[in-house]
Amino acid sequence: MSDTHAQSVAFVRTAEIPPAPPPVAASGAVKWVRENLFSGVFNTVATVIGVIVVFWLLSGLVPWIVNGTWEGENIRDCREILQGNGGGCFAVLAQRWEQFLFGFAYPVEIYWRPTLAFALLFVAVPPLLFPMFLPRWTLAISAVYPFLAYWLIWGGSLLGPIVAALGIVAGYVAFVRVEKAVNFAAGLAAAIVAAVAVWWLGGLIFEGSRLLRLEAVASRDLGGFMLNLILGVVCVSLSLPLGIALALGRQSRLPFIKGVCIVFIEFVRGVPLITLLFVANVVLAFFLPPGTNFDLIVRVVIMITMFSAAYIAEVIRGGLAALPKGQYEGAESLGLDYAQSMRLIILPQALKISIPGIVNVAVGLFKDTTLVSVISMFDLVGMIRGPILSSTDWAGGIYWEPWAFACVLFFVVCYGISQYSQWLERQLRTDHR
Amino acid sequence: MAATDVNVTQSQSQSQMKVSDEVAIEIDSMNKWYGSFHVLRDIDLTVQRGERIVICGPSGSGKSTLIRCINALEEHQQGSIEVDGVPLSSDLKNIDKIRSEVGMCFQHFNLFPHLTIMENCTLAPIWVRKIPKREAEKTAMHFLEKVKIPEQADKYPGQLSGGQQQRVAIARSLCMKPRIMLFDEPTSALDPEMIKEVLDTMIQLAEEGMTMLCVTHEMGFARQVANRVIFMDAGQIVEQNEPEAFFNNPQNERTKLFLSQILGH
Repeated sequence: MSDTHAQSVAFVRTAEIPPAPPPVAASGAVKWVRENLFSGVFNTVATVIGVIVVFWLLSGLVPWIVNGTWEGENIRDCREILQGNGGGCFAVLAQRWEQFLFGFAYPVEIYWRPTLAFALLFVAVPPLLFPMFLPRWTLAISAVYPFLAYWLIWGGSLLGPIVAALGIVAGYVAFVRVEKAVNFAAGLAAAIVAAVAVWWLGGLIFEGSRLLRLEAVASRDLGGFMLNLILGVVCVSLSLPLGIALALGRQSRLPFIKGVCIVFIEFVRGVPLITLLFVANVVLAFFLPPGTNFDLIVRVVIMITMFSAAYIAEVIRGGLAALPKGQYEGAESLGLDYAQSMRLIILPQALKISIPGIVNVAVGLFKDTTLVSVISMFDLVGMIRGPILSSTDWAGGIYWEPWAFACVLFFVVCYGISQYSQWLERQLRTDHR
Repeated sequence: MAATDVNVTQSQSQSQMKVSDEVAIEIDSMNKWYGSFHVLRDIDLTVQRGERIVICGPSGSGKSTLIRCINALEEHQQGSIEVDGVPLSSDLKNIDKIRSEVGMCFQHFNLFPHLTIMENCTLAPIWVRKIPKREAEKTAMHFLEKVKIPEQADKYPGQLSGGQQQRVAIARSLCMKPRIMLFDEPTSALDPEMIKEVLDTMIQLAEEGMTMLCVTHEMGFARQVANRVIFMDAGQIVEQNEPEAFFNNPQNERTKLFLSQILGH
């Protein structure tokens, strides 16, 4: 080309240039190291400092783990075995791991029940997380799971969860029927009436029911990492739909709905979660009619759910705002009604954009469940702070081991959530940029 | 002069052949404001079934707003619009009914990027018309063949060229079996090479007798297909006429200026 150009300005190509493979990048370990670690003065200094920091961290961590002991009944045994060699006293984990996981009041002989519920979680969750690989009917498993898990963890008659599920089914059926015949608001009212009626009737039968009765466990006896997992799973799965509803409500053209949503979101975001938890613990009882006994865990779930729903709503609002107006118009111009265009066009895209933000809130929520330790619930943090570190066996001198264990447990779950979300984002990418 | 005569008889024969007496759209002294800005002023327009109307005018003249009012993407504040005898009011049921009868193509296609081409085309028939999925897919395939891209059915919009996307958008509208099609500058966002393929599709549609309102700057298309050209300026219909008369003998000063500017180079 260049020499042709040199001869004259006019040019006509006569032969096509064949496609050529891209130049092979020069490789080799030494070359990579030189280019990436020692390419200049600054880079070399940074590399050296980095190596020193890593070495310093490992020189503390490795002996702590390698020299650590898993033997011993209490901290005095540990001291004897370790003889000051810098090892960790992991005996506390070996001795108390059940308390770390289940709290101190959950009956030992029925640890299998929450364990089974936890194992079943891995059956119930995949249909929700991987719908593209599993047939639709598997969603039924996910739908049944909350009631089954409640029965396993709290015990009591199976009739209770069955009545609760029937109420929801009745409400759904009533909603579908009435919404088709009249309108959305009437459907919602009918759903509430139907559900309450079923729960009330079911409650009458439920009183003395012995159907598949398991030993009942009170909510205050739940504890340990189990409590964190229960709160995390329940609150995340409740706050997502609530957050979507709030985000859509905030965009509503109806001033009343819009106002309610804005006030709710702004209020909840303006208040620390701990105050909400104290409200749940103490103050909420004043507002409830006398005689009602609202379970503490239910109160805490309500507060955490409200809290994270407000944040999720704002994240989703960002996603909604990021969609071009043409998507709304495209949906409208085809005659889709509001519910259809939201469900089929707007939300799938807005939620996809919002995934990183939603996951951020979900991970934060899961870690915030440890805050219940300040209202004297014995979750993982509450257990470590209270019963374990202040017991005569382990008081004085052990800090790193239980907290490191707590970190590992939380890290595994949160890292898993994060990896899943990144995978999901790749799965949903259709723009082929 | 002889050539012009042939053209006139051609366009006359076209319009006589397809336009019926039945009224498709009736707009009566319609006014619209954006805040205090008067965008559309006293618009009166009657569209017969089978008519092909091209609306042109400078930007900001209200031509897009006009056709967006016809399927209620924009709300008008005064006057009346009737589509197929159904009055456009704030009644949502009427609006949804009109929208499902009136197809619309946008400048930026507005395909749904998270759905495949096939899903884009079958979504509204399945959810609005309640047609079984298999049947909707058959219809969609029929129209995708008509716009000549059946082989792209399983791809996503992001994998297609602009011209292909606009043809999919046309097919998507046709899948609803609309009686009227609105085009809002369908070729303005396309590379010159792709304009022709979209115009060809639109010409084909016109030849089949579809009632069409097109906002476009493609004057060649207007000459060839339209049986009426409307020129708008400052929110008003300034001039309307059959294409030959409109282009060869414009009356209003503003029309003359506009035509000299867009045809001048």
